[in-house]
Amino acid sequence: MDFAFSSEQEQLRASVRDYLRDRYGDERVVALAESDAGWDPSSWRELADMGWLDPSLGLLEHAVIAEESAYALLPAPWFATVALAWPLLDEQLRDAVAAGERSVTLARHGSVTADAGGDTLTGVATLVPDLTSVTDVLVVADGGVYAVEATPDVVVPRSTMDRTRRLGELRLDRTPARRLDASFGPEVRRRSLALASCEAVGVAQRALDLAAAYTKTREQFGRVIGTYQAVSHKVADIFVALQLGRSLAYWAAWAVSEDDPQADVAVSAAKSAATEGAVLACEYAIQAHGGIGFTYEHVLHRYYKRAQWLEAFEGYGRDHRAAVAAAILDSEGAVA
Amino acid sequence: MDFRDTPDEAAFRAGLRQWLTDTLPAGWADRTPAPGRWDEAFTREWTRKLYDAGYVGLTWPKEYGGGGAPHTHQGIYLEESARVGAPDHIGVIGLGMAGPTIIAWGTDEQKKRYLPPLLAGEEVWCQGFSEPGSGSDLAGARTRAELDGDEWVVNGQKVWSSYAHIADWCILVVRTDPSASKHAGLSYLLVDMHTPGVEVRPLRQITGDPEFNEVFFTDVRVPRDSMLGQPGEGWNVAMTTLLHERGTLGFALTAALERQVLNLVKLAREVGADDPVVRDQIAQQWIDLQALRFTNYRSLTALQKTGVPGPEGSVAKLHWSETNQRLTKLALSLQGLASQLDGDGAVWDGYWQYQQLRSRGNTIEAGTSEVLRNIIAERVVGLPRSR
Repeated sequence: MDFAFSSEQEQLRASVRDYLRDRYGDERVVALAESDAGWDPSSWRELADMGWLDPSLGLLEHAVIAEESAYALLPAPWFATVALAWPLLDEQLRDAVAAGERSVTLARHGSVTADAGGDTLTGVATLVPDLTSVTDVLVVADGGVYAVEATPDVVVPRSTMDRTRRLGELRLDRTPARRLDASFGPEVRRRSLALASCEAVGVAQRALDLAAAYTKTREQFGRVIGTYQAVSHKVADIFVALQLGRSLAYWAAWAVSEDDPQADVAVSAAKSAATEGAVLACEYAIQAHGGIGFTYEHVLHRYYKRAQWLEAFEGYGRDHRAAVAAAILDSEGAVA
Repeated sequence: MDFRDTPDEAAFRAGLRQWLTDTLPAGWADRTPAPGRWDEAFTREWTRKLYDAGYVGLTWPKEYGGGGAPHTHQGIYLEESARVGAPDHIGVIGLGMAGPTIIAWGTDEQKKRYLPPLLAGEEVWCQGFSEPGSGSDLAGARTRAELDGDEWVVNGQKVWSSYAHIADWCILVVRTDPSASKHAGLSYLLVDMHTPGVEVRPLRQITGDPEFNEVFFTDVRVPRDSMLGQPGEGWNVAMTTLLHERGTLGFALTAALERQVLNLVKLAREVGADDPVVRDQIAQQWIDLQALRFTNYRSLTALQKTGVPGPEGSVAKLHWSETNQRLTKLALSLQGLASQLDGDGAVWDGYWQYQQLRSRGNTIEAGTSEVLRNIIAERVVGLPRSR
């Protein structure tokens, strides 16, 4: 039993953290979030140069990057490319992604079907993450997976609460598509759930850090507000939610990477606890900040919106608890 | 990162599993749990078997009768015991609190004198920390010890002392220097509970059971050298005890909760649980269990790699106690109005009624949730002191 990242993985974490601290301070993230594009497309090559898109990375390396990039609220289609599309990419796309030339998302909700002949698609795919940022989109249609270029004529932006991770609508009308030798299966979904859980951990950690920093310095009634237990105990509760979510998220990432028999329940447990924990962390952090935490000017609402995005992604907590309940109640045998 | 057993851990687990199957009464693991009435004779007999098989004090130094094994073995022991609902060793306070403190602070003679009979279950320990006037505020202890020749003379009262009614020894926090400041005046005695002047009175808990006790000390004479650390070092010694109470507890808490989740699932299958809200709540208990388990693993990994448990360990008791309270209430709610029966005709003869009431103590004993939140806020997150 060994529950620690390797020293190489910890080095990766340190380098990711350093880069994000240097390049993605709150001010820049806010400016990008408020821009039309929502991100800096020239940064994609930087991420590739640092190896964040390298095909050799495993899920635990992705887990580290997901946590740290959510901590900084990095606006880039890294999550779409690595947490959603990654296992479905063919060699051509994988090489182009690794070189920083392409970025890819995944569309799996909607009414898209393959046209006769099979080299074009028609229909609408909804709620596609980072659709306006990527160069390509993989579309799940008729049981197959098709690659389509995300050109402006097929992409409709949708105003999204989390402006660093916008949803879009894909409108296809006999649009050229290339069928990939891949299919969307449970293992693809498991990956995305594990990495969404790791992102939630990064969000909760930032909420804790913001709440701690503020309550250590803000004074009311002549005292630092962190000395009031009505305040400090909420901060302690953020810490608890963060640690529990982190344990489950890392377990889930490990279970998926090892194809462990418990991978399905692990990702459901992690997704439910880590994303709900991140939402709670942000809500308590906002409360601890008082009025300033409720303003558009403060960065907290951006984390709150990411936390809610993650909570909504691929099933709310209750959907995952229903899956867990089925696993432990409806079949005989070991449940714990 | 790898959650699978190493070959060594797997071999230990397999041997233990076999031993439990062979040694527990037939059908033990599948029995319906009984209410909390505690069977002392059976527990003593079980303790002896555990000791003879080498499963007691797995991580303790070999020279004092321990097993010298890594912490993971203790974790595996607790996991496997919980899985089949095996009884505890009789020396819960000794193994969890007195023993580790003696290992950390005791002289070589003290270790040789106290540890082997503690492990064998021949001597049972209790804890004398809380007093009527000082519960969470241990530094306010007023039970005093005055030196008279080669003996300390102890007068005062302790409370909430589990196992005191069967205990042979007590780890006792006393005030030896009334003129020193609160913390500096404390000392840590090892007191023979059979000494004249020690009186134990059982206290009935919310469950009706006398699980813990008041202990009165009237002119109790304790040999001068029956002390851990020096006079005035009692606070630091007591912190070692509490560190162990809260630090190595993670596996025991996970094991207890795992057993309880298994019981909850068993109950739900018996009474039927088709309601989606109920299913949601049961799943949440299972998730809370896994969160505790893996948080504990994370803390243990930090302990093995760095020698100190990670900060995440501080959440274990807080999370466990509140989860256990939710879980036992949920179990009662599955029983409808029958949940109010606690004797004849009650579900599982009143097991859940006992467990639910008992669980209210979980957020009070071994550090109230308020104290634990203070510790997390101040020592882990680094907020300023609240008092």
